[in-house]
Amino acid sequence: MKFTAENPVVEFHDLTVAYHRKPALWNVDLTLPAGALIGIIGPNGAGKSTLIKAAMGLLPLSSGYVRLFGAELDAVRRRVSYVPQRESVDWDFPASVMDVVLMGRYAGLGLLKRPSAQDREIALNSLEKVGMAGFRNRQIAQLSGGQQQRVFLARALAQEADLYFMDEPFAGVDAATEAAILEILQELTSSGKTVIVVHHDLQSAASFFHWVVLLNMRLVASGPVDEVFTAALLQETYGGRLTVLAEVGELVRKRQISGREKY
Amino acid sequence: MTMDAVYIILTATLFSISCGLLGAFLLLRRMAMVGDAIAHAVLPGIVIAFLISGSRESVWMIPGAASLGVLTTFLIEFFHRRAGLQTDAAIGVTFTALFAVGIILISVFAGQIDLDQDCVLYGEIAYVPLDVWMTASGEVIGPKALFIALGLLVLNVLFVVLGYRQLLVSTFDPAFAAASGISVVLWNYLLMGAVSFTTVAAFNSVGAILVVALLVVPPATAYLLTHSLKRMLGLTVLFAFLSSACGYVLAVALDGSIAGAIVTCAGGLFVLVWVTQLLLRRKPAKELHPLT
Repeated sequence: MKFTAENPVVEFHDLTVAYHRKPALWNVDLTLPAGALIGIIGPNGAGKSTLIKAAMGLLPLSSGYVRLFGAELDAVRRRVSYVPQRESVDWDFPASVMDVVLMGRYAGLGLLKRPSAQDREIALNSLEKVGMAGFRNRQIAQLSGGQQQRVFLARALAQEADLYFMDEPFAGVDAATEAAILEILQELTSSGKTVIVVHHDLQSAASFFHWVVLLNMRLVASGPVDEVFTAALLQETYGGRLTVLAEVGELVRKRQISGREKY
Repeated sequence: MTMDAVYIILTATLFSISCGLLGAFLLLRRMAMVGDAIAHAVLPGIVIAFLISGSRESVWMIPGAASLGVLTTFLIEFFHRRAGLQTDAAIGVTFTALFAVGIILISVFAGQIDLDQDCVLYGEIAYVPLDVWMTASGEVIGPKALFIALGLLVLNVLFVVLGYRQLLVSTFDPAFAAASGISVVLWNYLLMGAVSFTTVAAFNSVGAILVVALLVVPPATAYLLTHSLKRMLGLTVLFAFLSSACGYVLAVALDGSIAGAIVTCAGGLFVLVWVTQLLLRRKPAKELHPLT
């Protein structure tokens, strides 16, 4: 099942990506709407991270192409922000919280220009938004997992982009951080920015996202969460895994109940 | 202290600062042994440069060796990315193979003449004051190696200062750097190119073990002490100087190899810093500060 977004911000056209000739994504073709909080959901190895890395030009494409804001990535790079998985970097690296957040301003600087007072102010504001301003001189080796994730988010905010790709921002964070991150993402989308999140937790997916992409190497479904987050489509995504299937059924039932209570 | 001592200590310090500044980034990229690989892999470059030029002047040797150094880093990257080999395995395969090619070239083409790494490439720092530059009127300006070291240091400081942010972000988070439009591949090759050039130029004057050690040990000692990259680079400079000065004094006292003594002092400083930290129990504050 596939819904087409009007005035799409992101378009994947017949995208195929392979690692060492082993395909990770097959023929993915979809469009994503502006101003939405979008979840990419699927089992391990479904190609969720691959999809956003392909969008950011970090992987060679076997076929197909990606359009962001209707253009090539290079033409709109400054409007796009990417948040890698937290585990992808060495947190013992000798750098302070401020050093990392300022990296969000580097793309606007040339070889010779140093970050200006304004760049520092933007970085500090971003840290305030994630509740980490008091930690700006802290060394990153001293941060907890949730704090690391907040720093990554602050760096992305400092980029002042219109479109955000985030790889598992909710993975392994405490409940307070999860709530804080969700609030920031909702603020971003309500001001018209688009946030695309790789997410593996089915429990929270239905309540977090406006639009959901179900992925398992091929595109299973893409559309508004109410249309797409259904037992049948989740079963198709997670394929004959019985334990998962049982969980999915339970989840959908819970969601229907809680949905009734809500509205 | 004689003028010779000053020349030797100064030359060693300048070379070791160059090596340490680049080595700090190698260390953080987990590629500290690349210097060792380059030290071996440049052999065929030297032989080829000799065969083409017929001369053993460093004017020919250094470009020949440096181009092989860049090729080495290119091959390491290639095997790592394209063949899916781990970095250490890619380094091992590349430098042993190139070194072996160099040995074959020597045995086939240059067997009659005195050409090997010991004489061409592996300089001896004790001879630094002997090889001097003179003006046309015969006035001695100073040791050649000292000026080479100074020029090299200026280039490396320029490289690290101008490229500081690009090197920082592409070392810490290459995926983010690439996504925000910084050419990670280019900066990697620039760094490796600088390492090749520095390694070759430095061991022409001061010897191989010294260079390989200076790429790794002072930055590693600095890494123990700080969680700030700028302070780490500053401490690297300090340890580079301390190792060179103490090493010279030690070598004179023992009447032994200067290069060996410098490396011994660098290693000694590392152990001293590490033990002091253990004794003071000043572990880097790892306790977490949860937000509530």
